[in-house]
Amino acid sequence: MKTGRTLLVALAVIVAGILLAKLRVNPYFYFAGYVILQYIVIATAWNILGGYAGYVNFGTPAFFAMGAYTAVFLIRSVHAPLPVLIVAGGLVAALLGLGIGYLTLRLRGTFFSIATLALAVVLQTAIINWEYVGGSRGLSVIRPSGPPFGNYVVFLFTVMGGLAVVSVLVARFIERSWIGRGLAALRDNEEAAECMGVPTLKLKLFATTVSGFFLGVAGAPFPYYVTFVEPNSAFALDYAVNALAMPMIGGTTSWVGPVIGAVLLGTASQLATVTISSEMNLFIVGVVLVAFVVLAPEGILGLVRKLRSR
Amino acid sequence: MSRQRSLKLALTLIAVVLALVLASGGLFVARGADPIKIGFGMALTGGLSANGKPALLALQIWKDDVNKRGGLLGRQVELIFYDDQTNPATIPGIYSKLLDVDKVDLIISGYGTNLIAPLLPIAMERKLTLIGMFGLANNEKYQYPNYFQIQPAGPDPQTSTAIGFFELAAKQNPKPQTVALVGADAEYPQNALVGARELVKKFGFKTVYDKTYPPNTTDYTPIVRAIKATNADIVFVASYPPDSVGMLRAAHEVGLQPKMFGGGMVGLMFTSIMTSMGPMLNGVVNYDFWAPEPPMLAFAGIKEFLKEYQARAEKEKMDPLGYYLPPYSYAVGQVLGQAVEAVKSLDQQKIADHIRATEFNTVVGKIKFGKNGEWAKGRTLMVQYQKIQGNGIEQFRGAGTKPVLWPDELKSGNIIYPYASALK
Amino acid sequence: MFSWDLLANAVVAGLLIGGFYAAVSLGVGLIFGLLDIANIAQPAFVILGSYAAYVLNSSYGLDPILTGLLLTPVFYLLGAAVYRVYYTSFERRGEESLRGLVFFFGILFIIEVSLSIIFGVDYRLIQTWYGSRSIEFAGVGVAFRYLVPFVVGVAMTLALHLFLGRTFYGRAIMAVSQDRLALRLMGANPVQIKTIAFGVGIAAASLAGALLISIAPVIPSTDRDYIGRMFAITVLGGMGSIGGTLVAGIVLGIAESLMATFFGPSWSLAVSFGILLLALAVRPAGLFGR
Repeated sequence: MKTGRTLLVALAVIVAGILLAKLRVNPYFYFAGYVILQYIVIATAWNILGGYAGYVNFGTPAFFAMGAYTAVFLIRSVHAPLPVLIVAGGLVAALLGLGIGYLTLRLRGTFFSIATLALAVVLQTAIINWEYVGGSRGLSVIRPSGPPFGNYVVFLFTVMGGLAVVSVLVARFIERSWIGRGLAALRDNEEAAECMGVPTLKLKLFATTVSGFFLGVAGAPFPYYVTFVEPNSAFALDYAVNALAMPMIGGTTSWVGPVIGAVLLGTASQLATVTISSEMNLFIVGVVLVAFVVLAPEGILGLVRKLRSR
Repeated sequence: MSRQRSLKLALTLIAVVLALVLASGGLFVARGADPIKIGFGMALTGGLSANGKPALLALQIWKDDVNKRGGLLGRQVELIFYDDQTNPATIPGIYSKLLDVDKVDLIISGYGTNLIAPLLPIAMERKLTLIGMFGLANNEKYQYPNYFQIQPAGPDPQTSTAIGFFELAAKQNPKPQTVALVGADAEYPQNALVGARELVKKFGFKTVYDKTYPPNTTDYTPIVRAIKATNADIVFVASYPPDSVGMLRAAHEVGLQPKMFGGGMVGLMFTSIMTSMGPMLNGVVNYDFWAPEPPMLAFAGIKEFLKEYQARAEKEKMDPLGYYLPPYSYAVGQVLGQAVEAVKSLDQQKIADHIRATEFNTVVGKIKFGKNGEWAKGRTLMVQYQKIQGNGIEQFRGAGTKPVLWPDELKSGNIIYPYASALK
Repeated sequence: MFSWDLLANAVVAGLLIGGFYAAVSLGVGLIFGLLDIANIAQPAFVILGSYAAYVLNSSYGLDPILTGLLLTPVFYLLGAAVYRVYYTSFERRGEESLRGLVFFFGILFIIEVSLSIIFGVDYRLIQTWYGSRSIEFAGVGVAFRYLVPFVVGVAMTLALHLFLGRTFYGRAIMAVSQDRLALRLMGANPVQIKTIAFGVGIAAASLAGALLISIAPVIPSTDRDYIGRMFAITVLGGMGSIGGTLVAGIVLGIAESLMATFFGPSWSLAVSFGILLLALAVRPAGLFGR
């Protein structure tokens, strides 16, 4: 689909989001919808590094939480408006990505992955010891008054919808550009790519930074959504598992995969939270993840492709 | 398959799912139109579920008791609840489902400060009366008049854990001089330590050690050794279950014997920990909310409730004795139910006004609410573990192993001081 | 405040817990260090070992170390099975890195959640018969609760070292980590060798889990505290060096202990990860790496 048409579709989606907001359907829809949209951003962001470049980030919670805590810090110190929070959150997380990438990307992929695990723990310890943003006791945040659409959560829903569209557009752009081709080359065989002159280190750093940016962006509105931020929930393992499972289930080679995965898995989890026990919900996510990884490594996209080409 | 096709497929899939979700908004409403529906989230999984599950059971027993007597306002009561996974991020979604989809008539909170925090703004926005279960100082920031808390902390929640401990210490003759403060980097212990520091100043003690540790520390021996090296007279520990166990074991191994030991150690009162630690608990002076001692057993309805709870808990793999939170959880139901019956309506404001103005009789005694919805008079207990022998559960069932030392109106025993005397 | 007494005790405490950390990391040392398979599910197997020890202890009163040893064959078979799935799905197709990692992550998750569903989230602990005793040497107190796991940890390291150096299969494992083709030319089947190695690594988890639960209370999510430590120790010690794992474990234990005694424990957990990140940045081959 040509770029022009894509931008039109993107615009259409944003308009649809705004219409939904005006329509004021059952409020529960906006709460659940926010979470699913948030996961679209997270899955897309993760996939830029994981799917396109082949480097697995287990530390998604660290980046998400950095976005959230940057926002908390700015809210508490200068009462910054939402757009500033989002950009700042994204930038801080991007810097984090750059830093960790610089430290470990010259080594093999597995070292990067392990370092991301360690990162989440170190950051959580740092936040727990930082009283200004609440430390281990957490901090309550009061939503600003007079939001567009009259209700803050409805507003956040449209904002997150916009962010989802932007992140998907960026992912699509990267995928189709020379950057994406370079990443695909290094994913398939890093040494060969190096030999052919692909600037692998620079590309990897780029991917980690962009991925980190959008993970932070996904986290920045979190304080206003929950109104209470504390380290255990900001750094929750759920983010790590879902960030992995959604692209793997949807399909990692294209921007479409994470979106499918996020919508399917996100909706299923929301339903499960309010119907069956949530332990079973997690168990099912784990089983589905392993099943897909073993049996259908290309995800749903891959399955569909296989079916179509028969 | 071409990119275009896969894109179309993806968009179709998304559209279908969205449509289903919108349409099914009505589908998964919890059933029933006639009963009075009380909705809440509860920690059934995650870090606080060890207390969340018994709290839920207590509420269910309350509901059954009320329904046996004909329900509230002549209608049966139904509880609608979802697992909040001890994760505050689930609260907005859960309560929206409860209020907007299941259309519950009344809400109460889940268990724990962190789960009440995101709920208060929601209650305020929708002008709902909210009863909170064991949240520490949630309302200090908001001062919402229609919030009430069931936890015996009283008007000054942060010092509530430690006040009995330090008062008892100050009464001893000769008066101890030095204090070591230690605790986990986590919500409740940090709050307890803030209160402890205030009290140390108030009673004129001198602090010789004041540090915290990360909650998943494995080896407490270096910490305990460092404390021992200070020769503190009093050691106040604010901890969660795994570190309470770790600190106590390390204290025994290192031979730490201050004149008074304990304070805010969560978990020591859990049945599974009491039985596995056994005599190691002797001498520890600790906070508590409930003990099977005569003054607590005298309140109306408590014995029947405990009998019912213990019968049901056996089957459900949760704390078998229920001597910590369940009575208070039952009291939540009692306060709400009695208020609804008294004002003969489900009007949120009328209920709130009634609760604010009334003294209630519950299974944990008389409750009167004061500023910010906290109890007008604090009543966190200070108990001491005494005369525990071996690891049997029966010695914990009745009175004797955990006498209440403070406050005076609930006192049932005397302190064995110094700590070392209780170890013999 | 500082005193030699405090220092001596901190170092000894660190040494002892270091031995335990090494025991827990041996499986990773073998599987990741030698076979180059990033098995991040290892801590979940350790916790599985802890729960198995708990169940047998509460039903039959068996000592955890005994249980750990008894269950090693079961865990070995489990490990071999997991490897087979991993091999067929990933290694054979040459797609190990991304999907293999995700596979193990999924396994970690499934084990952890299953344990939560079956056992609930109450802390489980075991009081061993030697648990509350301690002895004193020259002003340094040593608790049996830490001494026994240390001794077992050292014994496990020694046993594994001998196995790798002196037995046929052990040397085959060392060989397969260095040069698969040469191994095949020598007549041994690399897949079979790797299966054995993986099985041994998981069997080590059984014993490590038993040690863990005799030191501290355990819940299903305790595994997450150890993921970082295990890999930090393996990387620091040098991939492929079993003795290095022991040394690294002790270094980490002492660093954490000194931190906790003199500076306040708040940062001691971050110490291990800080060391990992530093090691990766400065000397990725580790202390004794090849």
